[in-house]
Amino acid sequence: MGKRILMKGNEAVVHGAIAAQCRAFFGYPITPQNEVPEYMSKCMPEVGGVFLQAESEIAAINMVYGAACVGVRAMTSSSSPGISLKMEGISYIAGAQLPCVIVNVQRGGPGLGNIAPAQSDYFQAVKGGGHGDYKLLTIAPWSVQEMFEHAALAFDLADRYRNPAMILSDAIVGQMLEPIEIPDCVDTDIPAKPWATTGASGRSRNILTSLYIVPEDLERINLKIQAKYAAASLREVRYQEFDVEDADLVLVAYGSTARICRTSMTMARKKGLKVGLFRPISLFPFPSARLAELARLGKQFLTVEMSAGQMVEDVRLAVNGVSTVDFYGRLGGMVPGPVEILDQAGLSLERMHPKSYTVGARFGMVGSGE
Amino acid sequence: MEKVFTRPKTLSDVQMAYCAGCTHGIAHRLVAEVIDELGVRENTVGVCPVGCSVFLYEYFECDTIEAAHGRAPAVATGVKRCLPDRVVFTYQGDGDLAAIGTAEIVHAASRGENISVMFINNAIYGMTGGQMAPTTMLGQESTTTPGGRDHARAGYPMRVCELLSPLEGVAYAARVSLTSPANVAKAKRAIKTAFQNQLDGKGLSIVEMLSTCPTQWGVSPLDAFRHVDEVMTAYYPLGVYKDVNG
Ligand SMILES: Cc1ncc(C[n+]2csc(CCOP(=O)(O)OP(=O)(O)O)c2C)c(N)n1
Ligand code: SF4
Repeated sequence: MGKRILMKGNEAVVHGAIAAQCRAFFGYPITPQNEVPEYMSKCMPEVGGVFLQAESEIAAINMVYGAACVGVRAMTSSSSPGISLKMEGISYIAGAQLPCVIVNVQRGGPGLGNIAPAQSDYFQAVKGGGHGDYKLLTIAPWSVQEMFEHAALAFDLADRYRNPAMILSDAIVGQMLEPIEIPDCVDTDIPAKPWATTGASGRSRNILTSLYIVPEDLERINLKIQAKYAAASLREVRYQEFDVEDADLVLVAYGSTARICRTSMTMARKKGLKVGLFRPISLFPFPSARLAELARLGKQFLTVEMSAGQMVEDVRLAVNGVSTVDFYGRLGGMVPGPVEILDQAGLSLERMHPKSYTVGARFGMVGSGE
Repeated sequence: MEKVFTRPKTLSDVQMAYCAGCTHGIAHRLVAEVIDELGVRENTVGVCPVGCSVFLYEYFECDTIEAAHGRAPAVATGVKRCLPDRVVFTYQGDGDLAAIGTAEIVHAASRGENISVMFINNAIYGMTGGQMAPTTMLGQESTTTPGGRDHARAGYPMRVCELLSPLEGVAYAARVSLTSPANVAKAKRAIKTAFQNQLDGKGLSIVEMLSTCPTQWGVSPLDAFRHVDEVMTAYYPLGVYKDVNG
């Protein structure tokens, strides 16, 4: 039957991971993700899994590497500064073609920044982050329910492509309390792992390495990795649309910002503004094809992020000049309010459709001139 | 006729790429012999370092993982915690273990991870061309200590066994050398103890092997062996620093 429980996003991702057969967790305290290792320390032993508080994020990701090498579903979580420390290990995991899940509950940066919500680690998540030609299969939950569900999705993606997957969350999604449905059992697909280094018993030895000293060999491995990303780009694109069919302006936002944008969208519709919302769920692979299609259908876009403009670059690449892509961002842990975004939508509509939208856009006073 | 000397089953039938007079090869052989003698080859997972022994996985006929520079103890922790009945060892140079990987080895030791650590102290960075290691001797020339290591500028050489042995989680810490048949025999006994301790669930065991790097020291193999015996052993005394077996 499943059950309905009130919980925080950071707790939900723990329950989701354990339901998805995650059996090893290695972490290090950092706000605003501390609930993840805290709940893990309680829940993991109950299912016979491994929980270990590491001496650093560097150690934690390398413990994940070791656990992934022996075929166990392994996870780590952190927040922005700690994710930076993990980047070396993540690159090695991608290079050795191993599955694992990394949760980033993003906070304000750069540097020590602050512990408020932010989305300024988008580039680091979807463009690689560490050295070398690799990418993280990245998904962005916008609710506590999705923090639960994305755990299984991330593990399935990681196993399917033998590549690290990231759940790119933020301090809002991690900290907020919402009721969620927890199903009795979670659908998840764990493939056989004949490559795992579990001891060469009854078979020849297995070697897991990212070292290929001969350039021809390393190019071959790189091409194989790129082929996996090409396949993922065909099969693993996920997004959600709200009222885009008749929209003149489509808000593009992910994670908690998309939640706020949805409120702005509802407000806009009440005022007669034809505003829709496009929410990328997979950030890599990015839903470029659908955005390009919407651009061809004449939609204009306003990307909203808690960053100086990171995802907007991917939106612009997708739209490729076919229509206009505006950007609105708040920085340093500031969260844009629904009215603030509505104002920006009004300004964008005025600029993009001067004939239809002529009313001043300030302070949520916008209206349609039609 | 009885065969009295043969390649251990745990060593692959390939030529090692080490320089003439380098003791990495001897250390490999000893570890492989111990794995053979304990009958654990099919149950063993080795974690390789970044350094001249980075290709250890080419030479060992057991499952192996290539770790990032210095991170082998963390990788080994991940393996051992998930598969406690496997035999897990790391093999690390002095740059790997005592510089970039200091935090990982100290905390693996402090937690008492039930693993065996093979530590090669050759007082230099071999692979990258002979730069100073944390273990480089005072006065020793390296490509980053021209004129010799001066403690005022470059600090003092680090004694790893002495540093780790007070930690509760360390079951066994021994320093050996590989310069003579007698020393090699002692080294093998230490390695065997380190692996046996793991089978007995005792905690972390480390065997520090004073090793040669004639290439980066710029001396002949013979002089390199002499340097270990006369100079290094004076600063890094051989012996057992800790043994929970009494
Ligand atoms: C993060 C990182 N920094 C630096 C290096 C370059 N590097 C490769 S091997 C090495 C030192 C190896 O010295 P040691 O551990 O003493 O082993 P040896 O080669 O002497 O056996 C360094 C610094 C690297 N591979 N990765
Ligand atoms: S450079 Fe030094 S440590 Fe490396 S193989 Fe040659 S002698 Fe051995």
